[in-house]
Amino acid sequence: MNGPMSSPTVSGAQRVIPTPGPTPPLLWNETLSAGEHWSGILRRGVSLRLTALESKTNVSALFYNFELLSERYSMADTLKAQHTAFLTKDCVCYSDMGRIMCSITADSCGWHDTFSGLSDASMVAERYGASRFQEQGNAARKNGRDSFLNELGKYGLGKRDLTANINFFSRIAVDESGALKFDTQHCRAADYVDLRFEMHTLVVLATAPHPLDTGAKYEPRPVRLEAWHSGPAPANDACRNRCSENARGFRNTEMMFLP
Amino acid sequence: MSNSLAPKDAIQDLTVAAGEPWLGKLVCGQTLRIVDLEGNQAVDTLFYNAHDCEEHYSCCDTIRGSGNLYLTSGVTLLSNLGAPMLTITEDTCGRHDTLGGACSAESNTVRYALEKRHMHSCRDNFLMALAQNDVGIEKRDLASNINFFMNVPVTSDGGLTFADGISAAGRYVQMRAEMDVLVLISNCPQLNNPCNAYNPTPIQLLIWAAG
Repeated sequence: MNGPMSSPTVSGAQRVIPTPGPTPPLLWNETLSAGEHWSGILRRGVSLRLTALESKTNVSALFYNFELLSERYSMADTLKAQHTAFLTKDCVCYSDMGRIMCSITADSCGWHDTFSGLSDASMVAERYGASRFQEQGNAARKNGRDSFLNELGKYGLGKRDLTANINFFSRIAVDESGALKFDTQHCRAADYVDLRFEMHTLVVLATAPHPLDTGAKYEPRPVRLEAWHSGPAPANDACRNRCSENARGFRNTEMMFLP
Repeated sequence: MSNSLAPKDAIQDLTVAAGEPWLGKLVCGQTLRIVDLEGNQAVDTLFYNAHDCEEHYSCCDTIRGSGNLYLTSGVTLLSNLGAPMLTITEDTCGRHDTLGGACSAESNTVRYALEKRHMHSCRDNFLMALAQNDVGIEKRDLASNINFFMNVPVTSDGGLTFADGISAAGRYVQMRAEMDVLVLISNCPQLNNPCNAYNPTPIQLLIWAAG
């Protein structure tokens, strides 16, 4: 297949969420709190499930090759290779080096945003008022950009490394003129997405609200993280075989891991 | 204001040959016009704060700031720190892409065929311009760029298509610098998709002093 994926026609409110498939014993699991940030190394052959514990969850994500940090997730190469503006099951996330960082092996919600970026401090202050630790402690409102900068700094990365990120569980509708509209009904509690890592990947996550979520209240949501050994993509893998581009992307990736 | 900008008054007037890179500087208030001389050329472009190259053009901030996927007159190009870098003041083409990014040797192997790796590409152009000009910008600073004159419509069901260009010979896009910026251009050499009508051609750059 070399055209756009079929997209969800059922809005979140009516959608039935399937039970996720069973996983092998978990390597670890934890809950990333609402409005927080996280980073970790997911090795080739490990899968990570993100589960929305509440509706309207947003999980911003960036990926870097842990062995070569200048290689990172490329929104443009991901979208071009797969002729799609959004991510869902059977899509892969490309690096800027023609390799596949991770594959989306399962997805209950059908659409993850690729181009809307992050909230920032001025946006959050403008919408919800000033907020700082001295008065509010750990309830002080965080934003996506500062969350990413906080985690990136732990690896010698910084603002120059901020590139177009994924917003898991968020959907932005686009009309013919290109106008953007945030879908407030998209994500439901128990929605999940499985990422299988095809290279050793530094994963940076933030659970600040989506930047186009202009709800009256600052309401970030938590996300459950579960990791297990899945092994890398087999020959008959649906992501590998989604299109000839992905077959070549896997070939490029596997060249890095020849014995 | 912009109607008063005559080519004869430009402080710079140059041609970038098909497939070549160009690195230049705009002082705050100066205006840059990019002219699609022969039509349907793609001009891959990035901007950096001239005083802090860690601040770069951000497609996501720009799209979100304007509320629209496509760039045209009136859109302010924002940085990764949310700051206005340039404002598009005139556009006779009507729509420019900022989702499609730059072609690269590596993505050519994915998109077309393994043996397309050697072909000229925008990312190699960017890297060559950076290697030849010691401005402190490296590969990691090559954020997702603008493709002036390129038409990459997103369908209502989320499909991404590389459509034939909507530009034509002589159409141009013009922008005013809102800060001192470095301009990094690759006049796209891609031969494998319709972004250049399979025929890369030269562009003209005109720069006017602050008005």
